[in-house]
Amino acid sequence: MVDIRLASEVPLFDIVADSTEPKHLVTPGSLITKETGFMRGHGTYMQDDCLYASVAGVVERVNQLISVRPLKSRYHGEIGDVVIGRITEVSQKRWKLDTNARLDSVLLLQSVNLPGGELRRRSAEDELSMRQYLKEGDLVSAEVQNIFNDGALSLHTRSMKYGKLSQGCLVKVSPSLIRRQKTHFHNLPCGASIIMGNNGFVWICPTLHEDVAGGFVQNLETVPHADRQAISRLRNCVTALAQCKMMIYDTSIMHAYDASINAGFEIKDLLLPDKITEIALMVRKQFEMEKE
Amino acid sequence: MAEILLSEAEKAFIHHGVQDDLRCDGRTRLGYRPIILETGLVSNASGSSRLRLANSDVLVGVKVELASPLSEKPLEGRLEFFVDCSANATPEFEGRGGEDLANEICRFLQMSYMSGDTINLSELSVLAGQQCWVLYVDILILECGGNLYDTVSLAVKSALYTTQIPSIKVATMDGDQPELELSEDPYDTKRLNTQNVPCLVTLMKIGNHYLVDPTPEEECCSSSGVVVAVSGSKKITAVRKIGSGSLHPESLVSMLKTASEVGAVVNKILMKKLLEEETAGKTQKVGFMR
Repeated sequence: MVDIRLASEVPLFDIVADSTEPKHLVTPGSLITKETGFMRGHGTYMQDDCLYASVAGVVERVNQLISVRPLKSRYHGEIGDVVIGRITEVSQKRWKLDTNARLDSVLLLQSVNLPGGELRRRSAEDELSMRQYLKEGDLVSAEVQNIFNDGALSLHTRSMKYGKLSQGCLVKVSPSLIRRQKTHFHNLPCGASIIMGNNGFVWICPTLHEDVAGGFVQNLETVPHADRQAISRLRNCVTALAQCKMMIYDTSIMHAYDASINAGFEIKDLLLPDKITEIALMVRKQFEMEKE
Repeated sequence: MAEILLSEAEKAFIHHGVQDDLRCDGRTRLGYRPIILETGLVSNASGSSRLRLANSDVLVGVKVELASPLSEKPLEGRLEFFVDCSANATPEFEGRGGEDLANEICRFLQMSYMSGDTINLSELSVLAGQQCWVLYVDILILECGGNLYDTVSLAVKSALYTTQIPSIKVATMDGDQPELELSEDPYDTKRLNTQNVPCLVTLMKIGNHYLVDPTPEEECCSSSGVVVAVSGSKKITAVRKIGSGSLHPESLVSMLKTASEVGAVVNKILMKKLLEEETAGKTQKVGFMR
């Protein structure tokens, strides 16, 4: 019922990390180089002919361009990314979403599919009934269409696979852990579907069937117990991978899921620190075995 | 605490999960998230502890000082609580935002320790009617991840367990004023009996069932709950209702019963762990560098 550990008994999560040290770690204000002739990229600033870092991260050098890639930062959007956002505001002809970026992303009324799939110009009635489609608190999966001048993302749900999300569980991880893949929607064999937003929001839900995907309909029926167990286990696996700073994509999640089933861990055991490191080490071993 | 937005479908999912006794992270309704404990971190306090319950992080320091006892209770020392919600804990605590919550926690702790069954305050008396020990318990909330009452109470209990009170001898009476002599040896201290010190158990009601240790999402789905202070001897010393919803008297009674059972289990496991840490001796302190 209760698990209390002493701090000395808790294993360090970075025993799972690669043993090679990163090349050049810097902290804000540390000197990168005194040589001139370099172009300064993101995360750096020039002072008295010397280049300093402005964020904590790894120095990356491409020919003459020096930049610092931060270890932990907000989501930086690219056009074409799949994101999951939560509606924070309903304004005139647009919705504002929280996507873990520096600014709230924008979902314009003309960028959503109307129910029924009609293609027409949005009228004043559509504007007044926006709240019937999406209101504050709703979760939406969308794609980045455009980036405004100030850096805010403009999203669209102009495809049947995007839209309002129904029952399920949201896990928030660091955006840098989500790998860019061909598809971010996966129907996993264990009885659940997963959507990995590039912004670090991972949505785990019961298996999406093709005909009900997207749109604005929410299914509020009770989810069967077996599906619920799969969803909880996946949620704990994703959290475990995130805590050990491992990349999150469909293969690594399935390895973690299978490892937890083979090791016989109960779902709630996956919250314990030592089980988290065990799962991460098993996933690592699985990858090394596959490489050979 | 934090007001999280959730969609209708997510709330329905959580509701059905609670009915099914399988929460989002796989716990049962009466399961806690993992707790990490360490004592003795603050070297210039008489007792200290740091407790981490999932995302909630609390640091407690206990300082002992000599003062005159209250006139109504000349044979007892006293405990003074102070809670500081650091602005780092969550954006709501910016400026004076955390003051209300801090005062609430403080007052409730004071109430739960008022019962004579919890801690024997006469152990803190030095000179009847003139001098007694006052324990200043300072609680610093470093990170707020829901369920603050439980985290704070467990941290306070751990800090009180490790508090060392210097031994004092009353030297000869110099005319009217007695002279108090502090022992030379810094290790000549006595400890309090914290067996019955209360632990707070928060129970939130969702639908027809109640949950222990709710996550912020679950707190958002629930409209009412109780915080119960349970002493080591399974007695309830204080109850407080939280939330704006109403509770049926029958459900309140069953919640209190469940809370006292859960509290007894938590107390037992915490005492066992504190004893383990004590017998392990002077190991390397992990502290905050992790």
